[in-house]
Amino acid sequence: MTVIDNTNDQLEQAFQSKVDAELKIEPKDWMPDGYRKTLVRQMSQHAHSEVVGMLPEGNWLTRAPSLKRKAILMAKIQDEGGHGLYLYSAAETLGVSRDEMYEQLHTGKAKYSSIFNYPTLNWADIGAIGWLVDGAAITNQIALCRCSYGPYARAMVKVCKEESFHQRQGYEIMINMANGTKEQKEMAQDAINRWWWPSLMMFGPHDKNSDHSSQSMKWKIKRTSNDELRQRFVDATVPQAKFLGLEVPDDKLAWNEEKQSYDWGEIDWDEFRNVVAGNGLCNRERLQTRRDAHEGGKWVRDAALAYAEKQKKRAAEKHAA
Amino acid sequence: MSENKTAEELPLYEVFIRSKNGLHHKHAGSLHAADAEMALTNARDVYTRRSEGVSIWVVKATDVIASNPEDKGSFYEPNDDKLYRHPTFYNIPDEVGHM
Repeated sequence: MTVIDNTNDQLEQAFQSKVDAELKIEPKDWMPDGYRKTLVRQMSQHAHSEVVGMLPEGNWLTRAPSLKRKAILMAKIQDEGGHGLYLYSAAETLGVSRDEMYEQLHTGKAKYSSIFNYPTLNWADIGAIGWLVDGAAITNQIALCRCSYGPYARAMVKVCKEESFHQRQGYEIMINMANGTKEQKEMAQDAINRWWWPSLMMFGPHDKNSDHSSQSMKWKIKRTSNDELRQRFVDATVPQAKFLGLEVPDDKLAWNEEKQSYDWGEIDWDEFRNVVAGNGLCNRERLQTRRDAHEGGKWVRDAALAYAEKQKKRAAEKHAA
Repeated sequence: MSENKTAEELPLYEVFIRSKNGLHHKHAGSLHAADAEMALTNARDVYTRRSEGVSIWVVKATDVIASNPEDKGSFYEPNDDKLYRHPTFYNIPDEVGHM
């Protein structure tokens, strides 16, 4: 058979030319081990982020200021759960099992987006999360819609469609707060003060310090660099903050006429590394909540399986009789 | 710890959705469920939250029989040399008009 005659190099070359020609890679196609591993890591971490991302908002489900806001927040959280599912399913097509991925999350072996290790202290935080955190996520995910791996790209298209409501509802909360009482306006400013920099950290390290970037670009898993996406987000978001009459907490922020985009300060990378290393304000609490939820749901999964088993047996007995 | 992990994992189902009457069911994604009924209700909850469908099929992933990309050449080859299956294979004079 031709497959056996082909050396790994030839397969890899054929793979790369397929990627270069913008053809999608599908689950059963040959792919280099590194490509598979990178995708499993990235997609499972992305899925974990969606799932853990439900937790900071869950805190506000019973505290949201009106029935309307509670219903909206519930719908948003449901979406995040769904996004986790799309991504886990897409990752499973690469041969990793759901249970393995859960275990990696629960043991702390796999990371999730550090942004969710920050606490949600006042109601405006829910607005800021929708506007800034989902806004940053969308910027990232729009680029991923063109990823070379078919199932990942398709999941991203679906996620992006749904996320647009998340950002708009968040911004609407910010509009209401920014135009409310003096105290409400202060809450809105307090929220942007705390969420601005962590949102910029969501795009990851500078390109020159990013370990996985160049290979991922070559494989077209990643289509746009961290710094470029971050700049895109800043340029889109600063005018939105101005419209709200809120201040972006960066004294170096200034419009650069020549490059037609914003100059801005430097991220506190010590803080970034510290939160990634597990020492953020909520790392332990988030993981514990996630583990408890999984263990707490075990009896439901067991009961559902036992019920399915029983139904199957009954049907078989009825058939035999 | 992980020895009966796979035994515990709920089976995987593939989900197909007809977005409106007149169109085919189309693969939408997959999910884990204990049985077919749970797969259907979960598919409704996850894949049709914004009226994306009027009909859902769920199929156990292990019941899907798929062709192999490696066979691509030989598997489809029999059709490659049968150009006479295409309308453009035939020469019809222009005078005849549209056919």
